[in-house]
Amino acid sequence: MSWLTKIRDSFGKARESLSAVTAMGRAKRPITDEFWDEFEEALILADVGMPTIQKILDGLKTVQRQEAWKTSDQVVARFRKDVERFLVFEQSALALAPSPAIVLIVGVNGSGKTTTIGKLATRFRKAGKSVLLVAGDTFRAAAAEQLGIWAERSGAQLVRGAEGADPAAVVFDGVRAGIARNVDIILIDTAGRLQNKTNLMAELEKMRRVIEREAGAPPAETLLVLDGTTGQNALSQAKLFHAVAPISGVVITKLDSTAKGGVLIGVVDQLEVPIKLVGVGEKAEDLRDFDPLGFVSALFDA
Amino acid sequence: MFEQLSDRLGAIFSRLAGRGRISEAEVDEAMREVRVALLEADVALPAAKAFVARIKEKAKGADVLASLTPAQTIVKIVHDELVELLGGAQARLQFSDAPPSVILMVGLQGSGKTTQVGKLGLRLKEQGRRSLLVAADVYRPAAVAQLQTLGKQTDLPVFERGQGDAVAIAREGVAEARRLGISTVIIDTAGRLQIDASLMDELVRLKAAVNPKEILFVADAMTGQEATTVARGFHEKLGITGIILTKMDGDTRGGAAFSIFHETGAPIKFIGTGEKLTALEAFHPDRLASRILGMGDVMSLIERTQSVYSEEQAKSLEQKLRKSQFTLDDFLEQMRQVRKMGSMTDLLKMIPGVSRALPKDFEIPEKELGKIEAIICSMTRAERRNPDILNGSRRKRIASGSGTLVSDVNKLVKQFEASKSMMKQFGGGGKRRPRLPMGLPQ
Repeated sequence: MSWLTKIRDSFGKARESLSAVTAMGRAKRPITDEFWDEFEEALILADVGMPTIQKILDGLKTVQRQEAWKTSDQVVARFRKDVERFLVFEQSALALAPSPAIVLIVGVNGSGKTTTIGKLATRFRKAGKSVLLVAGDTFRAAAAEQLGIWAERSGAQLVRGAEGADPAAVVFDGVRAGIARNVDIILIDTAGRLQNKTNLMAELEKMRRVIEREAGAPPAETLLVLDGTTGQNALSQAKLFHAVAPISGVVITKLDSTAKGGVLIGVVDQLEVPIKLVGVGEKAEDLRDFDPLGFVSALFDA
Repeated sequence: MFEQLSDRLGAIFSRLAGRGRISEAEVDEAMREVRVALLEADVALPAAKAFVARIKEKAKGADVLASLTPAQTIVKIVHDELVELLGGAQARLQFSDAPPSVILMVGLQGSGKTTQVGKLGLRLKEQGRRSLLVAADVYRPAAVAQLQTLGKQTDLPVFERGQGDAVAIAREGVAEARRLGISTVIIDTAGRLQIDASLMDELVRLKAAVNPKEILFVADAMTGQEATTVARGFHEKLGITGIILTKMDGDTRGGAAFSIFHETGAPIKFIGTGEKLTALEAFHPDRLASRILGMGDVMSLIERTQSVYSEEQAKSLEQKLRKSQFTLDDFLEQMRQVRKMGSMTDLLKMIPGVSRALPKDFEIPEKELGKIEAIICSMTRAERRNPDILNGSRRKRIASGSGTLVSDVNKLVKQFEASKSMMKQFGGGGKRRPRLPMGLPQ
């Protein structure tokens, strides 16, 4: 298996999302209104998101006029470059210093936060790090049990409170314990919350404040976990979570199920933070570092 | 939910409104905008296209251009089409003649299956149907524990066999319900991707083993264009009989509702509207269409009121209001009843016209209500009956007892007096009645 096939596999179906666009890139069609409509439609179907699509189209049309492009392959080649520029960031690896590195995981209900933490814990433990999991989801039934099972499986430590306890208090205990036990990494799980619930978002803000106060610095990473099948709402999630807990990176889960990888582009455009991890399967090793160039290549080099 | 879609459509139609004549080009332009509004709301492209095409056709047939109120005629057509697009009439849950009636919950990971099992169990229980909850999610860590917790919260029995074989557990669960004489079985299954052949096969075998009357596809209302593909995958393998849309209380534009129905033809039976176990509502296409077009949803408001107020309660309250015997105790009682109906913000938005008049992020601080409750609870009976006796030292005691400030107590007393005098006016049968904005042209 070549490295390219491997990457292509790891993006699962996501790479199909822009297949209509790549086909236009090969076809050398004349640039007509009809072509632009089809192009727009392909981006819509890939869930790129209307504001970003508008931006992309305006940019491409301007350049097309200036450079007097005649055929569709020129547009698509430029579009590919734009997508690359969108997705590539200097700091795209997880920041895990200084120790203990605190990683706060946030997102809406059912996006895959707890599972992502479980997979991350497994990965860090395999790398020989000491890991502490903090069960900051005190709301959902049996959320702490779920995290506890992951702790057991991966050999990580666990700090949890009672169901219904103040999550900020659990976070306080967790951060204190992590510092006292001198662990390498503290992974903090939080309850799923819809971004338009003001009181729940205030609760998240408080948790973040507690971390900053106890550790003397903001979390090393605040990761927003987004469900890869989410549509335009991903943009609202990105914006509103970013407002209360500045996001340092995005995790896109369930990417193996969706042929709509376009959401990646829209989110990065909106947030201007890198996608750091993608989830492409159920197994622990299916949570992978995001490789933007590999992703673009998988999208466009059919 | 749907506010943004309703804003967009509202803006499009209000531009047309007020004009005596509309040209065909203007109708076309409006329809182009409707299409974009739908796409921005995550309505799948095929569904959006079909929708716009049908409206255009109907608009021509209905002689919109000749009509004296063309915009209203178009809004009416759009409203009717939205109702169609959402499934037409309300679809009820079906039960089999020979109990136990089996309901199977399926869907992607994280769509909210387990939570909806709890909510549905509670809803059926309130209607006098007891359910056995069966834990057939043998994969996700602690899924069984989650269902057990929900069983405790709803006081419903849970059948589980740990991490065994899902099909066998489901079969045994149904047998157990038969043995115990429980009329309904709700089976929770593991979340799975529609492309995961072996897990989909497990569902097919599970279906064959328990012969469910209802197969409910649980879908996240925030799903994008992918909704079509996922729904198709589940429908082709299982033949789903209904849909539960979850997380409708978010700020999603909810286009998934249209996409999934368009793809499967299976009706949306319930919507999940919050984290509380009572937050599961029957789905009414016509009401939702009205809400999307910003026309309010008075029927749902009335129903929610009826669910917490009995007729006698309403009568005795009316008596009290008439005789000005309304006390702080009644006030507290009222407030508790209203809070049972759900979030105050949601309730307000069901009133026609209100949703558009409110500022965008308007939200009633529910915490304030808790404060008021604490203050009233810290009063003696005499004080609640007659707030006039509240002197400085009493107010100080109440404030420290309720963990609030004296100024909070003052504010509450003032508000109470003000609302009392307002109620007197209503009770006295004043001439002025609140005028509701007009809805559809009849």
